[in-house]
Amino acid sequence: MIRLDESPTMVTVGASLFADALTAQAAAPLEVQWTPPVPGSEADLALIAADLRTHAATAESVRRLTAANPRWVDVLPAGDVLGLGPREFLHAGPPVDWADASGPIRGALAGAMIYEGLASNFEEAGRIAAQGGISLAPCHSRSTVGPMAGVVSASMPLSVLEDEETGRRAYCTLNEGLGKVLRYGAYSREVIDRLRWLERTLGPLLGATLRKRGPVDVRSLIAQALQMGDECHNRNRAATSLLLREITPDMLESGARSEDIVAAFRFINGNDHFFLNLSMPACKVAADAARDIPGSTMVVAMARNGTEFGIQVSGTGDDWFTAPAPPVRGLYFAGYGPEDAGLDIGDSTITETNGIGGFAMAAAPAIVLFVGGEVSDALENTLRMYEITLTEHPFYKVPILGFRGTPTGIDTTLIVRSGVLPAVNTGIAGREPGVGQVGAGLVVPPMSVFADAVRALALRAVPRGAPGRSESRNQ
Amino acid sequence: MNTRVELRRGIYRDSVVLMQVSQAVAACHGVAAAIVAMATPLNIEIYERLGFDPAEVKGASPNDLLVAVRGEDDALDAAGAELERQLAPSATPQGDGFGSPPAPRTLASALRRGGSLALISVPGQHAFVEAMDAIQAGVSVMLFSDNVPVEQEITLKDEAARHDVLVMGPDCGTAVVGGLGLGFANALRPGPVGIVAASGTGAQQVTCLLDADGVGITAVLGVGGRDLSAAVGGRSTLAAMKALDDDPATEFIVVLSKPPDPKVAETVRDAAGRLNTPSLVAFVGVGQGDLTAATAQILAALGRSPTAPPQWPAPYDRTPRSGFVRGLFSGGTLCDEAMAIAAQRLGPIASNTPLQEAWAIGDDLNARGHLMIDFGDDRLTAGRPHPMIDQSLRLERIAQEGSDPRCAVLLLDVVLGYGAHLDPASELAPAIATARESAQRCGRDLAVVVSLVGSRSDPQGRDATAERLAAAGASVHLSNAAAARTAVDLVEGAGR
Repeated sequence: MIRLDESPTMVTVGASLFADALTAQAAAPLEVQWTPPVPGSEADLALIAADLRTHAATAESVRRLTAANPRWVDVLPAGDVLGLGPREFLHAGPPVDWADASGPIRGALAGAMIYEGLASNFEEAGRIAAQGGISLAPCHSRSTVGPMAGVVSASMPLSVLEDEETGRRAYCTLNEGLGKVLRYGAYSREVIDRLRWLERTLGPLLGATLRKRGPVDVRSLIAQALQMGDECHNRNRAATSLLLREITPDMLESGARSEDIVAAFRFINGNDHFFLNLSMPACKVAADAARDIPGSTMVVAMARNGTEFGIQVSGTGDDWFTAPAPPVRGLYFAGYGPEDAGLDIGDSTITETNGIGGFAMAAAPAIVLFVGGEVSDALENTLRMYEITLTEHPFYKVPILGFRGTPTGIDTTLIVRSGVLPAVNTGIAGREPGVGQVGAGLVVPPMSVFADAVRALALRAVPRGAPGRSESRNQ
Repeated sequence: MNTRVELRRGIYRDSVVLMQVSQAVAACHGVAAAIVAMATPLNIEIYERLGFDPAEVKGASPNDLLVAVRGEDDALDAAGAELERQLAPSATPQGDGFGSPPAPRTLASALRRGGSLALISVPGQHAFVEAMDAIQAGVSVMLFSDNVPVEQEITLKDEAARHDVLVMGPDCGTAVVGGLGLGFANALRPGPVGIVAASGTGAQQVTCLLDADGVGITAVLGVGGRDLSAAVGGRSTLAAMKALDDDPATEFIVVLSKPPDPKVAETVRDAAGRLNTPSLVAFVGVGQGDLTAATAQILAALGRSPTAPPQWPAPYDRTPRSGFVRGLFSGGTLCDEAMAIAAQRLGPIASNTPLQEAWAIGDDLNARGHLMIDFGDDRLTAGRPHPMIDQSLRLERIAQEGSDPRCAVLLLDVVLGYGAHLDPASELAPAIATARESAQRCGRDLAVVVSLVGSRSDPQGRDATAERLAAAGASVHLSNAAAARTAVDLVEGAGR
C-alpha cells in the first residue's frame, strides 16, 4: 500500500506545471515526455488496457520470446523439410500475388522457376506465374524467413534451426553472397549456377557437418557477435567469422572432397552476410514460440514484400496488418541512386522483432555511416527502442550501454501511444527484376499497421465483468 | 491589417504552454489577435470567434498545432519570430550525452527507471491507459485528470485493490503524501491529522484552517469526487482510510465529502467505526454543517479550542445594499458551500452546478438574480487550464459584473499553494479595483468578498495576498463559510 512515512519518488505525466510544483518542493520528479496517441486510438487503447488478459498474456509472450534457445541442427532440401511441391514457392513479407509482386520478387520467382526447370527465361516464367501456374505463400506461414525477396523453392537447401526450449523449428535458405543474387531479384545464369552449387555441394556438406558435430549454438554466437561490432542484420562480419571458426574442424572431418571444403571456406569467408541467414531463423523460431497468445499485444513478425509492409501480433493469430511498403533512406552503391531503388523488402526485420538489428544499432558503431548517422545516433536509436519494447534481452547485450540487454519484444500499444516507430536496418534492392542490391539504409515502418493491429486487438478484447460477450465481439 | 494562418503537423505542446505562447504572440506590438493552440474543436471555435476564416483550417486534426495571427503587416513578422522563440526547445537537453536515456514517452517506460508515486494529468480520454501502467507496476496514482468515464474509474480501483496500491482520483485536485504536495496543494506542516478527501478544495479549506490554528497533517489522500457515488462505492475512500489507520503517525482520521450516496455513507461510517484510530466522518453540504464547522469539530476532538479564522476587513465601511450576489469560484466544494449558505437565507441561487436542477443556467452562464459559477467544473475546463492556474475567464467575468447594475456583491475564492497561479493577487487586485471603479462611475458601490484558501507557508504568501486584495477593496476571509455569510449579510433585507 501507499507509503505515507517517506517522501515519494515522483513520476509525472501531463501538465508540466505539476512537475514544476514538485521541483519547487525539491522533489525532482521524472517527467514523461507525453504526446497524444495516434488520433482515434484512445478508446481502443483503453479497451486493451482494461482487458484482464493483456498484462499477463503479453508478459508470457515476452517470456517465450526471450527463453528460446535456437540452435543450427541441419541443412536439408525445402521439399523434404517443408514438403514444398515443385510448383510451390515461398516469398518474403505478407501475402502477395504475381500481379502485385514487386520487381525483386518477380525476378526471384522467375529465377527460382528457371532453377526448378519450370521455365527457361523470365518472360516464360512470368506467363506461367500470371496464369496461376505456381502457388505462392509467405515464408512466415511456413516457419520460414527469407531475406529480401525471400523466394524459396523445393530444391533449395534450408538451414534448420531448432529451439532447444520448445523443440520448435524454423528455416532459412543459405546466403548467396552479395551482388547479383536471387534474393535481390537477379536471375541470370551465374545466379542459377550458384543456387545449383548451394544445392549440390554446400548444403550437403554443411548438413553432414552438423549431423556429425551436433548443433551450433546460434544464440551464443549472436551474443558474442553483438560484443564484436555486429548487430546481426546489416553487419554479420564477426558472427560469420565466429561461425567459420566453430565448424572448421568438423567440416574437415566430414569426409567431403577437399576441393569442395576449400570452396565452401572461400564462399563463407567471402560473404560477410553468411550468418544473416542463421540469425534470421534464430529470431524466427523465438518469435514463433511467442505466437498465438490471446490478449498479447507483442509483435511476432514484421516483414515486407516490396509492395507492402506487414506485421503480425501474438494476440491476433495469423492476421496480417499491412500498408504500402515505404522507401528506404540510405546510401547507394556507385552508379545507383534513389530512382533505382525498390521499396522496402524482406523478412530480415525478424531481427528487429527479436531485439537485434536496428534495435542493437548501438552495438555496431562500424556501420553507423552505412545506415546514415553518427555513433551518437546509433546509441540514440537503440535507447529510443526501449520506449516501445517490453523487456531487455537476457542474452543479447550492448557493451557500450554497460552491457544492457537489447530492447526486445515490440509492443503495438506502446508504438501507438508514443508515436515512436521501430528502427529498421535494411538492404535496398533494385526496383527492376534482375538488378540485385543497389544500397543499404534505414527504413521507418508505416504507423498505420500498428494502429490497425491495436484496433484488431481492441475488437478481440474481453470487457470486464462480461466475459461472455467476448465471443460476439470476436471477428 | 493582414492575417496569417498555419497548421503545423506533428507538433504537440500542452495547453498550459500554448496559452503562454498565445499570450506572448498576442502581446507583440501591432498584433490585433492571435491564437496558438492545438486544433481541437474548442480551439477552432475560439479561432472563429477571433474572426479568423474557418475555411483555412478545414481538415485540421487535434494533433495539429494551429497558429493564427492578425495585425499590421510588419507586426506579423515580429509575431512570427516571437512564436519561433516561444516554441523553440528548451535549452536544457533531455539526455546528457553518451548513452543517457531519452525522456520516457509513457508512464510504463518511466516507471522502469524507478518511482513510487505517479501524478497523471493528461486529458481524460488518455488517462486510463497511463494509470493502468502505474497500477500494474505496483505504483499508487494521483489522477488529476477529469472527464474519465466511471467504468474506467471502477476498473482502475479494482486493479488497484489487486495490486495493493491506491488510486487517488480521477478528478483529484489535491493530495499530500510524505510531506509532498501533489496537484493543487498547500504547504502544510507535519501533524497528527490524516485526511481522506472526496473534495479537493474542501480538503484544502479544512487543512488551511487547521494550519491557522497550528495543527498539521500526516497526509491528505484525495479519492476523486465520484468515489462515494453508488457506482464506485467508496473503493478508494475505504482503501485510504485503511492506509491512514496503518500509519503510526496518524492520530486522527478525517473523511471529508459532500453528502454521498446514502448506502455508501453507511458503509463508510461502518468502516470508520472499525478503525483503530479515532476518526470523524464529515459530510458537508446543505443542512449538514460547513467546512469551518467540521474543522472546529476536528480541533475539539484533538482537545484544542478553535479560534476564529483570520480575516482581513475591507478598507472602507460597507452597508447592506440592493442587488444580487455574484459568486465566481475556482473550487467546486467552495462554490457548493457558499451556495448552501446563501440559499438558506436568499432563496434560489442560479448556477452551472446548481443545488437544485431548477436553478441551472444555460451555457451563456447568465442569470438575473443571485448567481454562483464554478469555473472549475468539468464542462468549463475541457480543453483549457484550470481556473486556479489561468484566471482569464474569471477576470473577464469580474469586469462584466462590474458593469452589471444588478450585481451588488462579488464573491470570489482564491486558492493558494503549489500548482496554483504563482501570484493571483497580481491579476485579481487590479481587476477588483477596476470593477469597483466602473461600478462607482455608475453610482454603485460594488462590495467584493474574497474567500482565501491558503496556509502560512504557501509560496504565494497568504498574508501578503490577503493584504493586496483588501487594499483593492475586498474583505478577505480564511473561512469560505464566513466569506459567504458576509456576502449574504451585505444584500439580505435590502430592497431589490
